[in-house]
Amino acid sequence: MAKGDRGAPVRGSEVAGEPAPDFVQLLTPDGERIEKSVGADGVEYSVEFTDEEYRELYRDLVVIRRLDAEATALQRQGELGIWASLLGQEAAQVGSGRALRPQDMAFPTYREHGVLYCRGIDPIMPLSLYRGIDQGAWDPNEFKVNMYTIVIGAQTLHATGYAMGITKDGKVGGDDGEAVICYFGDGATSQGDVNEAFIWSSVFHAPIVFFCQNNQYAISEPIEKQTRIPLYRRADGFGFPGLRVDGNDVLATYAVTRAALDNARHGQGPTLIEAYTYRMGAHTTTDDPTRYRVASEVEEWQAKDPIARVRAFVEKQQIADAAFFAEVDEQAKQESLHLRERVLAMPDPHPLTLFDNVYPNGSPVVDAQRERFAGYLDSFEGSAH
Amino acid sequence: MSRIKEFPLPDLGEGLVEGEILKWLVAVGDTIELNQPIVEVETAKAAVEIPAKWAGKVHAIHHQEGTTVEVGMPIISIDTDPGAGEPAEAERTPVLVGYGPRTAAASRRPRKANGSTPSVSPPPVRTTPAPPPPPPVVEAPAPPARALAKPPVRKFARDLGVDLTGLTGTGPQGSITRDDVQAAVSAPAAAPVFSAEREQRIPVKGVRKLTAENMVSSAFTAPHVTEFLTVDMTRSIKALDRLRALPEWREVRVSPLLLVAKAVLLAAGRHPMVNSTWAGDEIVVKQYVNLGIAAATDRGLIVPNIKDAGRLSLRELADAMTALVQTAKSGRTAPADMSGGTFTITNVGVFGVDSGTPILPPGESAILAFGAVKEAPWVHKGKIRVRQVTTLGLSFDHRVIDGELGSKFLRDVGAFLTDPEASLLAWT
Repeated sequence: MAKGDRGAPVRGSEVAGEPAPDFVQLLTPDGERIEKSVGADGVEYSVEFTDEEYRELYRDLVVIRRLDAEATALQRQGELGIWASLLGQEAAQVGSGRALRPQDMAFPTYREHGVLYCRGIDPIMPLSLYRGIDQGAWDPNEFKVNMYTIVIGAQTLHATGYAMGITKDGKVGGDDGEAVICYFGDGATSQGDVNEAFIWSSVFHAPIVFFCQNNQYAISEPIEKQTRIPLYRRADGFGFPGLRVDGNDVLATYAVTRAALDNARHGQGPTLIEAYTYRMGAHTTTDDPTRYRVASEVEEWQAKDPIARVRAFVEKQQIADAAFFAEVDEQAKQESLHLRERVLAMPDPHPLTLFDNVYPNGSPVVDAQRERFAGYLDSFEGSAH
Repeated sequence: MSRIKEFPLPDLGEGLVEGEILKWLVAVGDTIELNQPIVEVETAKAAVEIPAKWAGKVHAIHHQEGTTVEVGMPIISIDTDPGAGEPAEAERTPVLVGYGPRTAAASRRPRKANGSTPSVSPPPVRTTPAPPPPPPVVEAPAPPARALAKPPVRKFARDLGVDLTGLTGTGPQGSITRDDVQAAVSAPAAAPVFSAEREQRIPVKGVRKLTAENMVSSAFTAPHVTEFLTVDMTRSIKALDRLRALPEWREVRVSPLLLVAKAVLLAAGRHPMVNSTWAGDEIVVKQYVNLGIAAATDRGLIVPNIKDAGRLSLRELADAMTALVQTAKSGRTAPADMSGGTFTITNVGVFGVDSGTPILPPGESAILAFGAVKEAPWVHKGKIRVRQVTTLGLSFDHRVIDGELGSKFLRDVGAFLTDPEASLLAWT
């Protein structure tokens, strides 16, 4: 892929301040539609959606935000151990999640609730994980989404290995080829794992899209303490294309992700997408962002809200009317109430399930441990054993 | 199921044991919706709003603002069906997270009366021979090897130097609570009690406050190094006597401090780096010396400075120093006279002490303590003589000044005071 000379020195402000001009954007914060936008990879991006598709994107964004808010409330009410909110990152997740084709495989961090939703995974799944009921209970093979990875950046290596594997299985090349998308954050780019994954993917031409949601903070560490150049330019050094997209623009995120995945499935190797966005809430419910960032910065990003711009656009285009918005709000409310009821009704797992799924075909050591633990449980009065 | 539900404080952030009620956002009698923010709680990790778990009417608020509540204790009761007349007794709903709602009577599930021990099979043993038969079970329970207490209570006790084994616990299962530890240290026999009448409380403000802020800021920002040099000032003292004898110096107040100031100004000219400011990514070396003189006044320590003191003649310097100290003592020093200092001398000798390790005024890189000038035995020209001796203490910011430079500067100040005439001839 031919690229222009982008070797000029970079000012620090390019990292922390306004995004570079080669930021792909198809929908401005005011809801103005941009026909075409050229990425840092020199490619011109555009997207065409039907009115119905625009409405469905809006619906996705609103519903996942509402479900996320419900999960945060449930944590505050003592019903979840912790919650990692996606507030502010809805467009990055819906845009990329909807760009996946059925055969594509996703490797999430622990914040990709919107991607799970787009893949048809029951929204209760991440909540049962954060409630301590299970370790993530969706079937990765059925939904083509791997388990949440809590270890920062570790999934990039899993994803790279998977991508190399499907190449060896002959599943790459052609329109029906498979591709892999791997999610991670800005902080993860400082991890060794991520850099190793870049090298392996590059050298072995793996069919993978590295999708970095740069939400500006690695917990409390700001992006300017992670990098001196825009993150997407890291790809240059590893030898594959990188580009930055407005991560609060669901259309642009969809367009660049779809193109990068298609390149991967056709055997064109990896791409790094830096979705430039902002974590509007805390890192997790355990964190207090007011201790390390100023309110004016949050307000600035509030004006770039990913949902408000889609709403402004569909209103202006008269793609949707007040009845539609009310219907979506009602759906979001009902889904969140339903989610709450189901979370509160979740039975505690039986202690012995701890020993399940450790080995696929059992193990004499684990069996002995299970038996011993069952005996211990049985020693209490009133035990059902 | 009761319609009055008690909401216990959850563990809001992974392993917290308590939280402080910052602000109630609702009052008793208010009608509230599901997820409406009801209270702000501050934990060790964050201040957060808690949304209502149920819609209904606020029936009771159990803890006032400013109180610290243990995780699991009810903080609010909500009537979930306020339209249905008088409510019955409240029902406590369990929380998933944290240590759970507890009552004082809460205890572990009892073990089965007999047969319980044999039902637990021993851990599997792979290749070792058959184990010896277990010793007969002794019924008398051994005293607990370790007093029961939660880790934060243990730490609390350790911090206060309380031995937990000597305490009687009032918590669940006889565990020792924070209050038990507190009671142990507050026990009257512990130490003599001094009444508040014999303590004076001075509000920290004004010069005291400013001094404190400056000293803390400097002491914990600039890595200080202090060096000492003891010098024979006899020739300087004699020079001052000769100076006082000159007609045009008759009205002038002349003290050894004047010569120390002159020595600093000349030595700073030879080593400009001592007269500089550490400014983060650069060092600002000043070609002028605003010479600060620390002055003890009724209001506290103030450090006025003489602007561009290097340009003054010795006579002008003497007048400036006299004026500066008099203004300071009378409390009329202008703010401008106290800012912009580049090098400071603190004359601790006037209090009769030998030396000290002064703390740098913020923004300056070196400060000289001038000790008392005392008669002392000194080896002079190969013989022990009584000489006028003083000790100089130089503190400097090691970010800017290394030991070599600091030593050379201090040595030059000392050389001037040892032999001012020769130094003047050699350096000026």
